[in-house]
Amino acid sequence: MKRFIFKRFLLAIPVIVGVSTLVFLLIHMIPGNPVEVMLGERALPADAERLRNELGLDRPLSIQYLNFLSGLARGNMGVSFFYRKPVLPAILERYPATLELTAASMCLALIIALPLGLLSARRPYSSTDRLSMLFSLFGATMPSFWLGPLLILIFAIHFDWLPVSGRENALSLILPSVTLGLGLSAILSRMIRSGLLEVLDQGYITAARARGAGESKVFLLHALRNALIPLITILGIQFGALLSGAIVTETIFSWPGIGRLLVQAIEARDYPLVQGCVLVIAISYIIVNLAVDILYAVVDPRVRYEK
Amino acid sequence: MKNRTLWAGASIVALCLGMAVFAPVFSPYPPQGQELTRAFSTPGRDHWLGQDRLGRDILSRVLFGARPSLLVGIGTVMFSLFIGLTVGTIAGYSKGLGDELFMRVVDILQAFPGILLSIALTAFMGPSIMNIIIALSVLGWVGYARVARGQALSIGSREYILAARAMGTGEARILFRHVIPNLLAPLIVQASFGMASAILAESSLSFLGLGAQDVPSWGKMISEGTEFLSQAPHLTIFPGMAIMIVVLGFTLLGEGLREAMDPHRQIA
Repeated sequence: MKRFIFKRFLLAIPVIVGVSTLVFLLIHMIPGNPVEVMLGERALPADAERLRNELGLDRPLSIQYLNFLSGLARGNMGVSFFYRKPVLPAILERYPATLELTAASMCLALIIALPLGLLSARRPYSSTDRLSMLFSLFGATMPSFWLGPLLILIFAIHFDWLPVSGRENALSLILPSVTLGLGLSAILSRMIRSGLLEVLDQGYITAARARGAGESKVFLLHALRNALIPLITILGIQFGALLSGAIVTETIFSWPGIGRLLVQAIEARDYPLVQGCVLVIAISYIIVNLAVDILYAVVDPRVRYEK
Repeated sequence: MKNRTLWAGASIVALCLGMAVFAPVFSPYPPQGQELTRAFSTPGRDHWLGQDRLGRDILSRVLFGARPSLLVGIGTVMFSLFIGLTVGTIAGYSKGLGDELFMRVVDILQAFPGILLSIALTAFMGPSIMNIIIALSVLGWVGYARVARGQALSIGSREYILAARAMGTGEARILFRHVIPNLLAPLIVQASFGMASAILAESSLSFLGLGAQDVPSWGKMISEGTEFLSQAPHLTIFPGMAIMIVVLGFTLLGEGLREAMDPHRQIA
């Protein structure tokens, strides 16, 4: 097991370096001049030159890249143009809020998806199954930036039950997490359904029934446990979708997380901050997927013995 | 009419395409035409979906708003499909070092979650339809390439390919005559789902203020509407419904095509 974990860690390093390189290249090679953005079009050439030198933009791209990588290895992502402070602490300050929202959305998605998937698999092609399918279809096609305002309209403006925006108390978390988690619950409920139907076809389920196990026991103890294993991978993949989805959701609800910080950085054309936000989100995604791989190997020993 | 999902999806898609192409014919008013005295008026006989903060007709703007969404969808899918098909087929068919390199690049690109890179790219390249297509295609091709690679790997070892090679057919001819036509079916299904995700992505970018600036777009309409949510909810509701209908259409079309192209389901 230790060897497997070590191997997965080693494999994650080139991916992180590759992702960092890609972010650096994309931000430095696309059109747009950060100096012009910071000083305005009418800036004096001498001022522009001084700022270029200060930001290190007058050096060759290869040197800039090496500086970027060595800075990154030391946890230095540069200084924000707009906030005039180091990028990493600015991002880490907002990180807990994004994690809180993402975790709450994932929990909510599971709370909705588990019973729906179970009910659908218990009676496939019944009216319950069709209703659940309809819910999934709408959940997957409804854009979060539309669902969010609708929820605000109903629950915050019309009924005045929940706050419109911000992160003051636990109640503030409800609308953003429903907005972010509903789409995921739609995907998960269909996956739980198809996973369960597949497992219910297996020989050991027939054997359990033949031994006289009750239908509920067969369903919950034998089928659900095994059907949930592949769900771990799906949750890992979907974590990335939630992180990027949080960008829009945080904007709708003025949630003080990385997503909102990224949008603010984009509006201010704050290149180092945009680069930092993109990198932190991408690296979080890689780390979660690494954790998921390891967890999967713990739950399903067959994975460990594959080459 | 056996495959109802396919028909429902195809009908919705055809309707939306028709709406986008013939928007100037169907629109009762010019999409930019202002009537400031009637700002925020609710749906009625003259303006079926009401008017926005500048008194512009929402129905006309929703009809014209289909254009950038569908244009981005079609552009992104065609661009991504072309790159994905080329790279994936070559990697899967040639195997060896090329395939290994392809898989490493895919690992890196798949480490970027969804729309994140597109947001960063569009932000720096500037908001325009072409830039959105490029930004969405930078990662969009990966999914098609993975499917094409998998198919090419499997088709490459089939007997009819070995037979063609034994008969002295050149590799390029085998690729174009035997491999590519046989791997297109799953890619077409994926393209339909790809349209739905590209339209959602374009609307998200527009919502964030990164969409095309000079034309009406659904995402931007929702974003503008949220400022007046309590006094004029119709500004937000109708463009959102339009997005949902078109995304639903492409999703159903994808499901229907998958069903139609899956021999197991056909037998069942």
